Amino acid sequence: MNASTIIFYILAATIISGALLAVTSRKIFRSAVFLLFSLIGIAGLYFFIDYEFIAAVQIIVYVGGIIVLIIFSVFLTHGSGEDMKRPTIGRAAFAALAAIFGGVLTMFLISQHTFFPSGKTGIEPSPENIGSQMLSTTEHGYILPFEVVSMLLLAAMIGCIVIAIKIKVPPHKILPETDEDGIEIFDQKQTTLENKQIQL
Amino acid sequence: MNLLLNISFSSLARWIDLSLTNLLNNYMLVKAIEMVIAGLSLLVFLVPLCFFLGYMERKVAAFMQIRLGPNRVGPKGSLQIVADTVKLLLKEGLTPNASDKFLFNLAPVIVVIACMLVMAPIAFAKDFQLWDLSIGVLYISSVSSIGVIGILMAGWSSYNKYSLLGAMRSGAQIVSYELSVGLSIISIVVLTGSMRMSDIVLSQENGWWIFKGHIPVLISFIIFIIASTAEINRAPFDLAEAEQELTAGFHTEYSGMKFAMFLLAEYINLFVVSAIAATLFLGGWMPFHIGHWEAFNHVMDFLPSSIWFLGKTFAIIFIIMQFRWTFPRLRVDQLLNLEWKYLLPISMVNVLLVTIMAIMGWHF
Repeated sequence: MNASTIIFYILAATIISGALLAVTSRKIFRSAVFLLFSLIGIAGLYFFIDYEFIAAVQIIVYVGGIIVLIIFSVFLTHGSGEDMKRPTIGRAAFAALAAIFGGVLTMFLISQHTFFPSGKTGIEPSPENIGSQMLSTTEHGYILPFEVVSMLLLAAMIGCIVIAIKIKVPPHKILPETDEDGIEIFDQKQTTLENKQIQL
Repeated sequence: MNLLLNISFSSLARWIDLSLTNLLNNYMLVKAIEMVIAGLSLLVFLVPLCFFLGYMERKVAAFMQIRLGPNRVGPKGSLQIVADTVKLLLKEGLTPNASDKFLFNLAPVIVVIACMLVMAPIAFAKDFQLWDLSIGVLYISSVSSIGVIGILMAGWSSYNKYSLLGAMRSGAQIVSYELSVGLSIISIVVLTGSMRMSDIVLSQENGWWIFKGHIPVLISFIIFIIASTAEINRAPFDLAEAEQELTAGFHTEYSGMKFAMFLLAEYINLFVVSAIAATLFLGGWMPFHIGHWEAFNHVMDFLPSSIWFLGKTFAIIFIIMQFRWTFPRLRVDQLLNLEWKYLLPISMVNVLLVTIMAIMGWHF
C-alpha cells in the first residue's frame, strides 16, 4: 500500500461519509455542511489526479456558489433551526433498500465492465488546452455547446432580473384624484391591480 | 560571496530534499516529512506576521488619529500584542448552551484553514513558492471562497440573532464583491496569457503591469483594492461586525482562542489580498525595472527579491489600513449599490478594454 492509495482512500472516505451524514442528519444546516465536505472531497479527488482546473471550478461552482445558496435558503426558511421529524420506519426501510439496490447495481456493473486502456495519448489538462478546445470550431471543438450554454445562462439571468425588477409607477397613476365618484374608485382598483401585475 | 549569492530558497529546498532522500531512501516518507516542514515553516511565518500586523494596525490607527498608540508594554509598545495573545490564551473558551456545538467549534477552524490554503501559490521571493500550479490565481479565488462558509457557519451555530444578521450581511457582501475581484484578476490574466503565478511575475520583467497596462490596468487595480477590502470584511465594509448595530456580528459569541482564530484569519486574509495585489499589479518579487535601461535594472536587482515582495505587500496593507480611518462605514444598500451599479459594470467594460489592448498589443 503506497501513499497515493492511502490518499485515495482518505478522499473516498471523506466523500462517502460526508454524503451519508448529509442524508441522515436531522439538522438541515448540518446537512449542508456535510454536503460541503463531500463536494470538497470530490475537488480533492480532481487535485489527486492532477486535473487542477476542474478541481478549482468544482470548488468555485459547488462550494462558493451552490452551498452558499443552500445556506442562504436555510437562513431564509422559517423554522429551519429545529430538528426535522424522524422519518417513519416504512419510509426509512424503503429508502435504505433503494440505496442498497442502487449501490449493488453500480458495483455489479463496474465489476462486469472491462476497462480498455485507450490507445490515444492523453492531452495535458492545462487551462490553455481546455480553453482552446472549448472555443475551437474544428472537429471535437466545443464552441457550439459552449455558446448554447451561454445563451441558457443569459436567459436565466434575464429571467432573474425580470422577476426581481420593480417598475416604479408614479403615484398619480396608482391613486387618481378622488374629487369625483363611482367610476374613479373602480379605476383606482383597476390601476392598483395592473400595478401589482407589473410588479409580479 | 558568489556562493552566498547563489544560495536561494529553492537551492536550500533541493538540499533538504537530497539529504532526506539519501538518509531515508523512502519516497513516501520523504514527501511526508517535506510537507510537514513546509506547513511548519508557513505557521512559523504566519504567527509572527499576524503579531506584526496587529501591532501595525494599532500604530497606523494612532498615526491617523494623531495619538501615540500602544506604548507601555515593551519598547514602543511592541510587546502589546504578545500580552493580548497571552490574555486570549488564558481566557475561557465559552460555548453557548443553545448553540450547535459541533458547528460552533468547526467554524473558526474552517476559516483559518481556508486562508492558509490560499498561501500555497503565493511567490514570496525568487524561486520561493510552495506550489506553483498552473491555475494559480484561479486556485486562490476558488479556495478563498471556502472562508465565507466558515463565517455563515459561525453566525448560524451561535444561536444569536446578531450573529445571524452579521453572517447574512457578510455572505451577501462576499458573494457579490467576489465578482469584481474576479474580473479585475481576469484583466491581468488576459494580459499575461497565463494563470500561473510565476508566469505572471516573469511577465513583468520589463515593467510592472500597473505601468505597462496604461489606464485600464490602473482602473482594475483600484477596483481590486476596493472589492478585496470588502471581501475581507474590513472597514469601511465591516457591516458583518458593525459594533454599533450588531455588537460584533458573526463572532459575538466567540471568546478566547476561538475568537483569536477569527482575528488570525482576518490578518492572514489582509496579507493574502495585499500579496495578490502586489503580485498581479506591482510585479510580486520582481524589482523595479524600466524597459531596456540595463544599468538601472541591474542596480535595482541588488535588493533581494523577498524585500521587494514584502515591501510592496506592506505598502498595500498600509493603504488598506488607512481606509479604516478615512471612510465612514457604508449602509447595506450603499454597499450593494456600489458593487452592482458601479464596480461591476465598470470592471466588465474594463475587461473588454484590456482584452482589446492585449489583442492589439498596445501595452508595452
